[in-house]
Order: sequence, then structure tokens, then C-alpha cells
Amino acid sequence: MNQAIRHSWVAAIAMFALIFGAISYVQVVGADELKDNPWNKRAILQTYCNDRGSIIVGGTPVAESVESNSETCKFQRTYTQPELYAGLTGYFSQNYGATGLEQSMGAELAGNSDQLFLDRVGQLFLGNQPKGASVELTIDPQIQQLAYSLIPDGQRGSIVVTNPKTGAILAMVSKPSYNPNLVATQDPTAESTNINELVKVPGINLNQNVSGPTGALLAPGSVFKLVDTAAALASGKYNKDSVLPNPAEMPFDGIQYKLPNYAGGNCYTRDTATFAFALQQSCNTPFASIALDLGRNAIADQAKKFGIGEDVGDQLKLGHAQGNVFPDNLDKPGLAQSAIGQKDVRVTPLQVNMMTNAIANGGVQMAPSLVKTLRSPDLRVIDEPQPAQLRTSTTPEIAKQITDWMTSVVTDGIAKGAAVPGVQVAGKTGTAELGNGTNNSWFTGFAPADNPKVSVTIVMEGVDIYAGAKLTSPNAKKIFEAVLNK
Amino acid sequence: MSQVNTAPKPRRNVELLLLLLALTVGIGANMLVGVDQQKAFDSDFWFQSSLLAAASLAFHGVLRFRAKYADPVILPLVVALNGLGLAMIHRLDPPGGDTGNNQLRWTLIAMAVAIAVIWFLKDHRVLRRFTFISLAASAVLLVLPLIPGISAGEILGARVWIRIGPMTFQPGEIAKITLAIFFAGYLSSNRDLILLAGRKVGPLQFPRFKDLGPMIAAWLVSIGVLVFQSDLGSSVLFFGLFIVMIYVATSRISWVVIGMALFLGGGLIASQVFSHVGLRIDGWLNAFTDEVYGRQYGGSFQIVEGLFGMANGGLVGTGLGQGRPDLVPFANSDMIIASLGEELGLIGLFAVVLMYLLLFTRGFRAALGTRDAFGKLLACGLSFAVALQCFVVIGGVTRLIPLTGLTTPFLAAGGSSLLANWIIVGLLLMISHTARGPVDTTPLPPSAGSESTGIDTPTEAVKHA
Repeated sequence: MNQAIRHSWVAAIAMFALIFGAISYVQVVGADELKDNPWNKRAILQTYCNDRGSIIVGGTPVAESVESNSETCKFQRTYTQPELYAGLTGYFSQNYGATGLEQSMGAELAGNSDQLFLDRVGQLFLGNQPKGASVELTIDPQIQQLAYSLIPDGQRGSIVVTNPKTGAILAMVSKPSYNPNLVATQDPTAESTNINELVKVPGINLNQNVSGPTGALLAPGSVFKLVDTAAALASGKYNKDSVLPNPAEMPFDGIQYKLPNYAGGNCYTRDTATFAFALQQSCNTPFASIALDLGRNAIADQAKKFGIGEDVGDQLKLGHAQGNVFPDNLDKPGLAQSAIGQKDVRVTPLQVNMMTNAIANGGVQMAPSLVKTLRSPDLRVIDEPQPAQLRTSTTPEIAKQITDWMTSVVTDGIAKGAAVPGVQVAGKTGTAELGNGTNNSWFTGFAPADNPKVSVTIVMEGVDIYAGAKLTSPNAKKIFEAVLNK
Repeated sequence: MSQVNTAPKPRRNVELLLLLLALTVGIGANMLVGVDQQKAFDSDFWFQSSLLAAASLAFHGVLRFRAKYADPVILPLVVALNGLGLAMIHRLDPPGGDTGNNQLRWTLIAMAVAIAVIWFLKDHRVLRRFTFISLAASAVLLVLPLIPGISAGEILGARVWIRIGPMTFQPGEIAKITLAIFFAGYLSSNRDLILLAGRKVGPLQFPRFKDLGPMIAAWLVSIGVLVFQSDLGSSVLFFGLFIVMIYVATSRISWVVIGMALFLGGGLIASQVFSHVGLRIDGWLNAFTDEVYGRQYGGSFQIVEGLFGMANGGLVGTGLGQGRPDLVPFANSDMIIASLGEELGLIGLFAVVLMYLLLFTRGFRAALGTRDAFGKLLACGLSFAVALQCFVVIGGVTRLIPLTGLTTPFLAAGGSSLLANWIIVGLLLMISHTARGPVDTTPLPPSAGSESTGIDTPTEAVKHA
């Protein structure tokens, strides 16, 4: 009988061995997988009520944790200019996670980043409340406000304003925006009601990698002709004096479709065109012929060198779309259409701005940056990212040549609205047809042309030609003036 | 029989020392859970700590009088577990919640009943006289929740509660003990017949039906009632109890083989026939699919949230009062292991599981040491039941096996479970007292209507293989 008792004990021990194994698996071996599970809200809940660092613009917090008088939470995340900065801050929600800088700078804001190690040791010994680092942005609050006001309410659009020499972002706005306070509330019912209302709004910049200046993937239209121009000059087959064919319509073998020039402009006045004329009037057929001549890869390579299709989220510290580079497997009409920024070419407004910056900065493309400094809770600077080169997109000569042509687009071409008295402005417009009678209307450019201090990219989605013309170049002028008069 | 013969020593002072240590663990934990929530040293804390300490020391005092050779490790282990449970339940109490004090109330009642068992029973062998009364009591206890009027109805898919005034009670918890007493009494009286009489078929020896009839009937009744009550966990527990006791009585592994076959067959049929069993298994296998996770009844939300909590705890845990075990449904009862795992980490949870391991090991030790077959069977059965219950609960929480509705002994919030497990502790203490004490030569006090023949069945009449 005792032998059987011992055997029973062994059986019980065996069961416990299994238990020890299962606990080890759940708590150590498989723990990371469980922590990364999208259903797991603990990471955010753990820090939700802490005193998180602020997001600061021009010395003023736009997102901060304020003491809350609720019993369950000591601090409430609050957005002071919610709609204006929603696209940058994102929200910090108890049940829906974090987006924007709240997500990408989450470790720093929560105080968990390595740079804060010494502060955490101090907290441990002094018993202070854990407090995260503050993030100071490169944003200029006046320019941000101006840019935001230049997009009419009810209009979908994005504006990106940067310094081409550093990549620093001075303003980045989009509409429709929203109030992140609605999603950061401690009331779970209100929180879920609010977010369910918000997600119904088309184009709302709730997630930076699917909408807004860094997430919206839009047909670039004629601003893409800058890529064709750079590719043409880089190929050696073309130079500044090249004469390009400029038929009113480009026919293709075997199909009825003909690629037309823009009907309203002055393109029809000439059968051939210089680069200057083709860019000023934004004629389509000269660039289509360049693309057919150079082939798909030459255009696609140049687009890639300008950063089109690249996710710069890591440099920017903000979610960014995984854009698609120039499409593959194109037939001739497809390649011709793609060369003028139609068909399946898609870019984000920020990518267009980065391309502009590469031209403005002598062919050197700077990494976009949004974070100016990282400050410890006592406001000591603990990190100050320096401007970083992303790559060389083109030669200084080609950049200079394109700048000259872009300057003439503003002085003599269809971007006259962007001209600033006494300042040389370089610019390029674009109108991408959406197929439903409306367009994405673009302006991208920089000023002063010989020593760029600011670049502006504007896109208004789903507008007719006239509204698009009014909302792009003239608005760019206002931003140029505001920045240059500072 | 291989007896380990050492000079009997009471070791009550060792027990007192360990008991103080156990109280430090329990009360210290209760203090820590309050620190972060600014309710340290509140009236609840003083109330709970002082009463727990007083009751534990009183229990210790009773052992000095009535069972001075009892195992000195058992009581401190149980007090430590019970104290940890109290601390975690207190920690999980929402503001104004009363589960902590309610658990303390039941702890005191349970300890008082366990003390009474030791005080009045004096010798566990007396229980053998109640073999068939125990069977009847088990049947009544198991049927109670099905009787209209007294039944508390279906709660969380199972009909295992009864309502007495304002309280609900799970009589099945007590049935665990009465069934163990019945199995022990019946098997110790009839093991020779079961072993010797009967037909041999191949390598397996089958007993005569009339010898095994009552056993089978008892088993069928308990399983049957449990199937009707939708309580899978208790069903597994009773089955395990049945198998281990018949195995210990006969030393025949064939019984285990037959039992396991019966169990797997029954499980397969149950999962097909009873939707709640099928749902449990589905919730276990497909826990991480959207459909199962979001299912309102029988979904995996509870277990997945528990796993998230344990993963959050990691190796060293978040610290008591610093995690979010409140996100898990039933965090203070069915899922209290996940709560402890989150806040104490792998290290802390290992310590808790080791305490259970030591506890049932001491129970098995008592079974080895005691000299009567009834005591051996009872101690072994009860110890194994505790081990199996831990396995079913912790295995369910860690997704090793499907999650069932068993309680975690001494930790989980719930009066019936506390009461039953403290009675088990009382019985184990008594058996260990006879096991470790000097050989008792006094005969049992005479009794009328005893089931026993008056002569104790020789324990080792049959040599085991």
C-alpha cells in the first residue's frame, strides 16, 4: 500500500512539474508574444494614469498630463489646442491605444527611455512620482496656425512647411482634424462612442500612417514632372537646351486612347517645347515622351532617390505610410500616364515636400525631423537630434537647373499666384484628375530660390480646377511671406 | 510495510516559529497591497491582520493540546496561503467592497470548524464508522443544488450553489470530503475481497460485481449529478479521487488504466453531448481566435486576459498593488492565480505552487506514516485531491488544460471552498498526529452500529507486487 501511495505522490509531483512548465512558458518564454498581442491593453493602462511628459510647441505644451480629481486616475491627458495639433500629437487612449507622437515617443513621454535612466534611479530613492520626458517640437506655432487656417473647414487637404536645409518641420496640418480629448477621456462609454463617431469621418487624421500629410497616398499629378526632369538631365540624353516634342495629343499603337495636353493652358501654341516652357505651362506630352524614351526604370530610380515610396516614419518619429514606388510592369500608355503623376503613382504630401527640399538643398535630401529636443522633467535637454542627411538625390548642377526652371514657373508660368514681391520663389503645381470630375490640386515650392529658407507643399483633395488654383499657390504665398518676414 | 521509525517529537515550537513566518508573509502582503492604493493600515488591514493572527495562534494552541504530534509544517503552509489569498482579495476589493472581510469571516468560520473537528473527533479512525452515512451525505450534498427552493439556480452556467438565507454555498466542496471518507472506509474494509475474489481476464483481475457495486454506484452518482450540474471541474476532481484511492487500496495499475480509459471516453462523449463542455474545450484550443475571444458565453476572454496579466508580471512581477489584475474577470476567485502571477511574478507564483507541493507532500507523508489502512487511504485521497485541484485550476489558468470552474484551495474568494479545505487540513493534521506520534495501543472507543467488525482489518495482509 505504501508503494502505491508513493506512486500517487509521484503522479502528483508530475502534475506539478507540468504546472511549473506552464507558468514558465506564460510568464517568461511566451510573455513577449502575449505582451505584443493587439488585445493586450496592459502596457497603456499601466502608464495611463501616470504623469506623462508634455509635447511642447514654441514653449507651450500642446499635450500635457494634468492632475485629475478622479479616484482611479491621478492624471488626465489633456490637449490644449486639440484640433490644430491632433495630426501630430495623436491621442493617448485607455482602450484604443496611442497614435501620433503619443505612440512613437511613448517610451520617452512615459519616462521609460534609456536616456532617463538616471532620473528613474533618482525617483526610486527619492520616492518621486514617475514623470516622463517632454518632447519639444520643431513646429512654429504661428505658421502651424496659419497653415491650418488656410485649409477651409469642410475641405480635405494637407499643408507641410519645412526648412529645406535642416529637414525641420515648421508646420504640418491636415483637415478634417478632430479633438483628441474626446478619445483620451477616462469615461470608457464616452470614449467608445466618440471614437466610433470619429472613424466615420472620411480622411480624418486619426492614424498618421493612413491619413494626413504622412499617411494619405495621393496621385501627385504634375508635381511628378520634377522627377521626369531630374531623370532626363541625369541620363545625359537631355540638357537644359533640349527641345522636347509637344504634340497636343500623344497616340499609342493599337488603342484609341490618346494622352492629351492640359486643354486650358498655352501648351497648344507650340509643337515642340523647351523644359522651361513645358514646366511653366505643365505640358503633358513632353514628359510622357521623356519617360517612353528613358524607360520605366530610369523614372522609378529617380523617384526613389527623391524618397518617393519611402517610409520615413523612423526619422520623423511619426507614423508614415508604406508608400508604393513607381508601379511595375507598365505598358506604354501606362508609363506615359505614370510619368505625369497619374494612374497608380501615389505619394504622401510629406514625400512631395521632401523631393522639393532635395532640389532646394542642392540635391542633398535632409531627413525630416519633428523633434527638436527631448527634455527631462526638470527641463534639462537630454537629447537634441541634429539635422541628418538622408541621401544625395541628384547633382548640385541638376538641382540648380531645376530650381531655375521652377522659378520661371512662378514668374512666367501657371504658379504666378505664389509669387512674393521682392523674393524669388521656385514652385510647381500639379492637378491630378480623380476621374469623378474633381482633382487633387498641388503646389510645392520654396523661397528664396537662391538661398532657400522655407519650402511649402500644399494639396487640396477633391476640388475643381478653379478652387484648386485658389487654394494652392496663393496660400503658399501667404506662408512664404509669414516665414520670411519673421 | 516500510515504516520510518524516528523517536516521536511534537515539534510544536517549530510550528510556532513557522507560523509567525507565515503570518509575516500574509500580513506583510496585506500591508503592501495597501501602500500603493493609499489604504495601507486602514481599519480593514488591522481588523484582518489581528483576527487572522489570533485565529492561527488559537489553532496552534489547540494542536498543542489535542494533536501535539501533528505535522508542524501543514498549519503554517495553509496560514501563509490563506493570508496571501486574503491580501490579494483585499487588494482587488473596489472602494467600499467587502469581499476581503467576507473572506476573513469564512476563514475564521472554517478554522473554527477545523478546530472543532480536531477537538471532538480526537481520532480519525472514528470516521470509518460513518462510511455509508458519508455516502448518503455525499448524495444529499450533490443533489441539493438541483432541488427547487433551496437551489440558487444556474450561476455562470453551473448549478452547484444552494442558497441559505443571504448566503450561497457550494455543497459539492464538502462532498469531496464525504466521498473520500466513504471511499476510504469502504475500500479499507473490502480491499481483500476486491483483491482476492473475482475473475481474472487476461492480465487484468476483475473483482466480483457485488464487491465493487457500491463503488461504481457512488462514482456514477457523483459523475451523473455533476454532468447535470454542468460542473466539469468537480467531475474531474471526484474521478481523480476515485481512481487514486482504488489504486492505493489495490496497488493494481490496471485500475488506473481502466479509469483513464473511462475518463477519456466520458470526456469525449461529454464534449459532444454537453455544449458547455464543448465550449470549454473550444475556448481552450482556439483561445486566440477573434470568434472565441469575443464570444459572450464560454469564450476565451477570461483566460486570455489572465494570460496577459501573467505575461505582464514576467519573472519578478509588477509588485503587489502595482499591476492590473482587476482587468481579468473573476480576478479574486477563479483567476486568483493569474492575479498572483501578475503581481508576484514567476518567482512569487513558483513559491505559492511550492507551498501547495509541500502541503500535499506532507499529506502523503502522513499517509505513509499512519498505521491503519483507513487513515492511509483517507490521507492519500485528500492529499491527492488537493494536488489535483491545484493542477486543474492552475493548468486551466495557464492554458495547459481547459479552464474549469474549480476554486484554488485557500486562495480563492469563496466560503464553501475555504471551509472544505480547512476541514481537509484538520483531518490531515489528525492523521499526521497518529502517524508521527508514539504507537497508540488504546482501542477505539466502543460505538453502536459500527460498520467495522470490531477487529481492524490487517493493513498489510496482502503483499503488494
